[in-house]
Amino acid sequence: MEALLAIAIGILTTCGVFLILRARTFPLILGLTLLSYAVNLFLFASGRMQMDAPPLIRDGASYTDPLPQALVLTAIVIGFGMTAYLVMLALRALAESGDDHVDAKEKQ
Amino acid sequence: MTQHAAILPILIPFVAALLQLAAKGYGIAAQRALGLGGALFGVAAALWLVLLADDGMVRVYALGDWAAPFGIVLAVDRLAALMVLLTASLSAAALLYASAGFDERGRHFHPLFQLQVFGLQGAFLTGDLFNLFVFFEVMLLASYVLLAHGGGMARTRAGLAYVALNLAGSALFLIALGMLYGSLGTLNLADVAQRLQAPGIDIATARLACMLLVAVFALKAALLPLSFWLPHAYAAAGTPVAALFVIMTKVGIVSILRVQAIAFAPAVATADLLDGWLLPLALATVLFAALGALAAPRLRDLSAWLVLASAGTLLVVPVFPQADVSAAALYYLVQSTFVAAALFLIAEMVAMRRGEVADAFQPGPRLHTLWLGLAFLLAAASAVGLPPFAGFLGKLMLLTALRDSGSATAIWSVFLFAGLLLMLALAKGGGRLFWERSPNHPHGSTHPFGLRRGLALALLVSPALLLALFARPVSDYAARAAAQLHDPQAYVAAVLGTHHIERETRP
Repeated sequence: MEALLAIAIGILTTCGVFLILRARTFPLILGLTLLSYAVNLFLFASGRMQMDAPPLIRDGASYTDPLPQALVLTAIVIGFGMTAYLVMLALRALAESGDDHVDAKEKQ
Repeated sequence: MTQHAAILPILIPFVAALLQLAAKGYGIAAQRALGLGGALFGVAAALWLVLLADDGMVRVYALGDWAAPFGIVLAVDRLAALMVLLTASLSAAALLYASAGFDERGRHFHPLFQLQVFGLQGAFLTGDLFNLFVFFEVMLLASYVLLAHGGGMARTRAGLAYVALNLAGSALFLIALGMLYGSLGTLNLADVAQRLQAPGIDIATARLACMLLVAVFALKAALLPLSFWLPHAYAAAGTPVAALFVIMTKVGIVSILRVQAIAFAPAVATADLLDGWLLPLALATVLFAALGALAAPRLRDLSAWLVLASAGTLLVVPVFPQADVSAAALYYLVQSTFVAAALFLIAEMVAMRRGEVADAFQPGPRLHTLWLGLAFLLAAASAVGLPPFAGFLGKLMLLTALRDSGSATAIWSVFLFAGLLLMLALAKGGGRLFWERSPNHPHGSTHPFGLRRGLALALLVSPALLLALFARPVSDYAARAAAQLHDPQAYVAAVLGTHHIERETRP
C-alpha cells in the first residue's frame, strides 16, 4: 500500500513538473493540476496509512488521523479556485495575443 | 472587549468586503465610502492593538475558544502588532489613491482590495502554520486579481507568470506542512518549537520540512534565485496595487524571522538551518537589485527594483540571533515599505504630467509641479539612505548592529556599494525626469491630481521625515519587539500554557 501510494505520488509529481516546464499555458495548467493532486495525496499520507478505519475516535475501535483529511479538503478547495482563475487568465492571454506561449507578444 | 482586539484587524476588512459586495448596486461612491471607512477602522484597531501589545504579553486568541495546539490560535506580540499597523496604514493610503479613479478601471476592485488586506493581516497574526497557508492563499488569490486589474497585455502576461509561480510555491508549502505534520504531529508554531526539541523525533524529515518552509517564504520574500518574478510583476501592476504589494515581500521576511526565532534557532536539530547559505544569497539579491535599478528604463521599474533591494537587505537579518540586529531591521522595514510605496505613486503622477513619454527616463516636457519633485527627492534620498531621512537612520542602525558579526566586512561592503549604485540610478533617473527638457514636447499636461492623490502621496512620503524626527520612540518599540521575538520560551508558554499535552505515539 505504502509503495503504491509513493509511486503514484512520484509519477504525478514528475509529470506535473515536466508539464510546468513547458512554455505554453495549457500544459502549464495541467502540470499545476497534477502537482496539486500529488500534494493532496502526500498530505493524506502524512497522517499514516490506515485501512478500513474511520476518522472518528470510539472506544476500542481503530481510527485514522482526521487532521490530514481536513487539511486535504482545504487544500483541494483552494487549489480548485486557483486553477479556475488561472484558466480564465490563460484564456484572456490567448484572446489578447492569439498565442498560448507564455512569452507571447501582443497581437499586431 | 479587550480580548477580542486580536481578531479585529482581520474582521474589519472582511466585513468591509462583504458589505461592499452587498452594496454593489449603489454605485462607486458607496464602495469607496465603505472601503475608506474600513481602512480608517482598520488603522484605529491596529493602533489599539499596538498599544495593548506593548505591555509585553503575548496575547493569544483561541478561535472558537479551542485551546492550542488542537485549535487554531492567533498570537499577538509586538512584532505582529507593528506589522498589522504598517499594513493598515499602507493600505489606507493606497486605497485613498485608488479611489481617485483607478478603482473604476475594472470590476470588484474594492472587495478584492479589502480581501487582500484581510489575508495580509491574518498572515501576520496567526500562530498556526496551516492557518498561515490559508491566509497566504487568501492574500495571493486577491493579489492575482488585483494584479490584472485595469487590463492590458503586460498585466495579463505578468499575472500568468506570477500566478503559476505562486501556485507552485503553494504546492511546496503544502508538502512542507505535510512533512512537518508527519514528523512532528503538529502544525501550531509554538508546538512545533517544542516538538523540535523533543527526543525521538525524525530529525531528517523535520529538517527537510523546515527547509522547504523557509524556501517557500524565500519565494514570497524574493530571495535571489527565486526573485526574477518581482520586478516584472510589480512594474506591471496598477499603481495603488503595486503600493500595496510592497508589504507582500515583507510577509515572507517576517515569516522567516518568526519561524527562525521561535522554532528553529532554539532547537538543536534545526539551529544551523540558515547558516552559510542565506547570507550570501541575500547579499547577492541586494547586488542584483542594485544592478537592475541601474538598468531600469522607467521610474516604476526602478521602484520595483528598490523593493527587491530592501527585501535583500532585510533577508540578511534572520541569520543573526542578536536582538539588536532584528530591532534595526524592523525600523528599516517600516521606513522602506512607505518609501517604496511612495515611489510607485510618484512614478504614476509624473507619468500623468509627461504625456506620452510617461515615466520613462527620457527628456520630456517641463513639469510644473515643484512639490512632486520635492516628494521624489525626499523619497529617493530616504530609499538610498542619505541623511537626514529615515532611510539613513535605518541603514545606520542595521550596519552598526551588524558591526561585530563575523561577516561584517562582506555585509558593509555590499550594502554601501549597492547604496552607491542605487543613488546613481535614482540621481540619473530623477535628473532625466525633472530637469531635462525635450523640444519635441513643449507643454506637459497640467491636469490637476486631485486632493485624494495628493493626500495619499503625502501620507506615504511623510514617514521618511516623521520616522526620522520620532526615531527614538519607534526604534525603542522596535527594540522591545525584537527582544520579545528573541524570547521564544515566553511565546511558547503563552500559546501552549504550562499543562502537559498528551500525545499518542504513531507508527
